[in-house]
Amino acid sequence: MARRYDSRTTIFSPEGRLYQVEYALEAISHAGTALGILATDGIVLAAERKVTSKLLEQDTSAEKLYILNDNMICAVAGWTADANILVNYARTQAQRYLLTYNTDIPCEQLVRRLCDLKQGYTQHGGLRPFGVSFIYAGWDNQRQFQLYQSNPSGNYGGWKATSVGANNASAQSLLKQDYNEECNLKQACELAVKVLSKTMDSTKLSAEKIEFATVGRTAKGTIYHHLWGADEIEALLKEHGLGKQPEAEDSRA
Amino acid sequence: MEVLLGITGKDYCIIAASKAAMRGATILKASDDKTRSLNKNTLMAYSGEAGDTVNFAEYIQANIQLYSMRNASDLSPYEVSSFVRSELAKALRSRNPYNVNLLLGGFDSIKEKPELYWIDYLASSAKVPYAAHGYAQYYCLSLLDKHHHPDIDFEQGMKILRMCTDELKRRLPIDFKGVVVKVIDKDGVRELEYIDDKQILAP
Repeated sequence: MARRYDSRTTIFSPEGRLYQVEYALEAISHAGTALGILATDGIVLAAERKVTSKLLEQDTSAEKLYILNDNMICAVAGWTADANILVNYARTQAQRYLLTYNTDIPCEQLVRRLCDLKQGYTQHGGLRPFGVSFIYAGWDNQRQFQLYQSNPSGNYGGWKATSVGANNASAQSLLKQDYNEECNLKQACELAVKVLSKTMDSTKLSAEKIEFATVGRTAKGTIYHHLWGADEIEALLKEHGLGKQPEAEDSRA
Repeated sequence: MEVLLGITGKDYCIIAASKAAMRGATILKASDDKTRSLNKNTLMAYSGEAGDTVNFAEYIQANIQLYSMRNASDLSPYEVSSFVRSELAKALRSRNPYNVNLLLGGFDSIKEKPELYWIDYLASSAKVPYAAHGYAQYYCLSLLDKHHHPDIDFEQGMKILRMCTDELKRRLPIDFKGVVVKVIDKDGVRELEYIDDKQILAP
């Protein structure tokens, strides 16, 4: 019965559902986890990178974290190829705004422009929706640090801490339990690795398996964003006792 | 012989624009208002080619108001000035450029500072403490150079404006029918009562 309403994105089923959108959401719930945590002095984004092969070049580029703008970054869960299209679109829109108004685009506006595009694919027929959810972290002078999440339907919302991808329900409940509104960026980073370590399948975290990025404020008061290098991630894992055990590496050697 | 004047002070920006609507040597109207408020805290005064001015001002006003409606927040004066400049620059390089000179006065509610932008028909834009367009430049800039200070209070600002309009009346060969005066501060834009029926004689 449902099959009749499956193939086209723009047709409601008799129960009032859009199956293609739900399937896109389902696809995302199998992707690597990504999460974002808002702190008083910044935002942290973290994502699980699913390592497919040992032969794959690891450190050439961030796979799940992207810079959109001078004041905004995002984490991706879902089809990376679809994400590339949307990230490119977002970057173009941000630059277009900068060209006309000479100011960085306010975070919510950029999120909304992306979501308007995503929404289009749930209404205009013939094409499938984008199979990606985003978590956006940014700063603007109206609302300071902000965290948003969006999904293939084109819905978005502002969050204090959120997650998408595999095990996002358990990640979400862990965040709900341990999130503290007065936390600083350092504490948020700690919470991020702790949640990731519990929701990821692998027992031990390592720099190859996760990506990390932060948005914050420098001592001078300017806004920075930073995609972490492997050494920084390794240091963070070590600090919280979540890294690889040194003797484990010895025994393998 | 249109007059546009702008003065910023400690926490306000004054914009004055002549009330005469002219066509050639004829005065058509003596109560013209050459200003448009764009959003809660920016005001634009314009002079130049008769049709272009109002058309361009209304186009800008509509777009700035559309932005406020869509985004539930106002553009800052700096953002408005960038938008206006980009629209003028775009038109300048098209088949139908606008012949419009502008003064853009505003109050930035985040920085809590008044701002004034001088923009001409070639799409130059400059943030200035005080400004004039047209012939008023020749008579008023020297006065403003001498008396203006960034921290002047409102009364002092109005006193300088009075000196400027008196000087213009004394020296301009055509009567510009006095000025409309508006102030932009933290509370928004408001029009001021400005008495200028007193006769000023040249020495």
